[in-house]
Amino acid sequence: MGKRGAVGLEIMTELRLGLPGAVKPSSNKRVFSEISTTEEKGSTEEPKAPAKNQVVGWPPVCSYRQRNSFNKEKVDRAEAGAGSKAYVKVSMDGALYLRKIDLSMQKGYSDLAFSLEKLFGCHGIGEALNGGEGAEYKLIYEDKDGDWMLVGDVPWEMFMESCRRLRIMKRSEAKDFAILQTRDFLKGTLKDDN
Amino acid sequence: MAYSFPEEVLEHVFSFIGSDRDRNAVSLVCKSWYEIERWCRRRVFVGNCYAVSPAAVVRRFPDVRSVELKGKPHFADFNLVPEGWGGYVSPWITTLARAYPWLEEIRLKRMVVTDESLELIARSFKNFKVLVLSSCEGFSTDGLAAVAANCRNLRELDLRESEVEDMSGHWLSHFPDSYTSLVSLNISCLGSEVSFSALERLVSRCPDLRSLRLNRTVPLDRLANLLRRAPQLAELGTGVYSAELRSDDFSNLVGALAGCRELRSLSGFWDVVPAYLPAVYPLCSGLTSLNLSYATIQSSELTKLISQCHSLQRLWVLDYIEDSGLEALAACCKDLRELRVFPSEPFNREGNVSLTEQGLVSVSEGCSKLQSVLYFCRQMSNAALLTIARNRPNMTRFRLCIIEPRCPDYITHEPLDTGFGAIVQHCKDLQRLSLSGLLTDRVFEYIGTYAKKLEMLSVAFAGDSDLGLHHVLSGCDSLRKLEIRDCPFGDKALLANAAKLETMRSLWMSSCSVSFGACKLLGQKMPRLNVEVIDERGHPDSRPESCPVEKLYIYRTVAGPRFDMPDFVWTMDEDSALRPS
Repeated sequence: MGKRGAVGLEIMTELRLGLPGAVKPSSNKRVFSEISTTEEKGSTEEPKAPAKNQVVGWPPVCSYRQRNSFNKEKVDRAEAGAGSKAYVKVSMDGALYLRKIDLSMQKGYSDLAFSLEKLFGCHGIGEALNGGEGAEYKLIYEDKDGDWMLVGDVPWEMFMESCRRLRIMKRSEAKDFAILQTRDFLKGTLKDDN
Repeated sequence: MAYSFPEEVLEHVFSFIGSDRDRNAVSLVCKSWYEIERWCRRRVFVGNCYAVSPAAVVRRFPDVRSVELKGKPHFADFNLVPEGWGGYVSPWITTLARAYPWLEEIRLKRMVVTDESLELIARSFKNFKVLVLSSCEGFSTDGLAAVAANCRNLRELDLRESEVEDMSGHWLSHFPDSYTSLVSLNISCLGSEVSFSALERLVSRCPDLRSLRLNRTVPLDRLANLLRRAPQLAELGTGVYSAELRSDDFSNLVGALAGCRELRSLSGFWDVVPAYLPAVYPLCSGLTSLNLSYATIQSSELTKLISQCHSLQRLWVLDYIEDSGLEALAACCKDLRELRVFPSEPFNREGNVSLTEQGLVSVSEGCSKLQSVLYFCRQMSNAALLTIARNRPNMTRFRLCIIEPRCPDYITHEPLDTGFGAIVQHCKDLQRLSLSGLLTDRVFEYIGTYAKKLEMLSVAFAGDSDLGLHHVLSGCDSLRKLEIRDCPFGDKALLANAAKLETMRSLWMSSCSVSFGACKLLGQKMPRLNVEVIDERGHPDSRPESCPVEKLYIYRTVAGPRFDMPDFVWTMDEDSALRPS
């Protein structure tokens, strides 16, 4: 058994691969990332712990569990490594180009509305979600089956899983959408108006 | 000896020998035993798909019914193995399809599987019965549809933790109406909705169905209908465990669950609403396995549930259970063999729950049969580890993850060397160990000295010098798999223990200090090892030879270097002799 101590690293071994000159005596300290050790003295300077968000694959929670873990908004998506799978395209009537938004980073519908307003530099999407009569916009989404649905009818998690793309419609363009008319109609007849 | 047993007699005797190790030993006795044995081996396990070529397997064993293969190294689970590294099953399936028309079972872990391979499986094996794809990827529900449509005798379809491209849930409808042999179905990893009516009809017509693990999209109000069609179920994974249940829906569910008198294992519980948990209470006393690791409910609810599970042998749970819940576990579940506590917020520096080392200590005290532990926590002490070790000398698997790297004993601020040293010293049959916390070379000295039955060791952010690695490689007689990340281990220990690597399945080292020069030397000198350098910074030749490689994967093989590597992986071989500069 090798003894640590006085002169460098004395490892007593039975098998050596050594070719002459093959293993260079390393006078350089091994320096890699943030750890350096002092071989001769056998002591270790306290290594600086890497900042949490720089360490890939730590803590060792397997990627399947991270992807399916419940607290979607609490798990750091950057750590998941595989990249968020919740980016959807957002189009807005009158805008020259589309944007993309990561649904998994939104905490809920109001958060989504706020983020969309920031993305397109407009106001009024929040009102659209709350179903205000005079709202300038309507927010709709295309679901997995290819149908266009009004945003806000189903629980947030269900929406996140089925939403494939979003569209912010200006009210003036929306006259032909039957669902919007139906919803407005229903609003008048339902007791609870959410 | 002039006479020997007739072949048929030997074959009959060999048919009682199941374990691979025993079979391998039998085949080494003499040439005729080798011949007889190879014709009657029915099951082959290849722990590293690159250790042997498919052609060599089918050449040696002409009549195999069950094949199990593993592909990527374990650290692939934590995204440490770059995409595209390898683990392709396709060449295996092609060869197996040609050689074994009577193949019945294929089990794959961490492999890349394509729809083409699934279609080939579906077409090639007339008596195909078992398909297990564990942590696999690369295929879609179209491949599953082919299996469903063609494998008339399929008993088991288990997709555990695989990443499946979900085209739609319609694949399930491809099971023909005449198909009735399903015994086990695990689709918990699938994202999209399966057709509920197809699922109900399938469940109704398969009287031998014992294990059903649903995916999240199966709503709670459909669960009762499924259960009424399969009261013989022994294992159930629920779908989403929340809904707006009307009271008659809820009592319907309670009745349906209670009707499943054989249920021993429960899992699922996504989105669980605590109010609906009492539906499973009548089952608790019979449960042996409970996976609540996706259930985000608080300690009090968890405790209420668990304290009724007096027969529980396996518990997987989130750290929401806290120390108090683990104390209840220790008091109520005296038959517990395996405990896994997962972190609810792994990337949160601050703790969010009151779970400490004390919870694990309580369980180690109260559960005398506890032998397998996976525990994530934020603090640990040498004293606690010593107590655990003394309480549980029968421990065989001990994986501790202290979330902060290099975290010392929180009481004494010392390294946790003596604590883990106590574990290996007291637990003489320890087979698997994962270390964490602040650790010096000392812990490796203990491991090398005492952990003689240790087969798998996982190390991260530990050690001071090559001596640490040397202790492990020279001392652990039973070591098969060693995986290391972010440790100051370099060339010396690796080169000095090169021969040891041929006695192991594999060694993984990433973010360590092994130089490219040493890798080349190792590859040159050890032809029966594949020394793979994985480096996404570009060819190592563009850097000095003394420069450490990013990642290193060394495994023994009789197949030579592989040819399906991406452009960031290089195998060091005889041609990699050191060139004079």
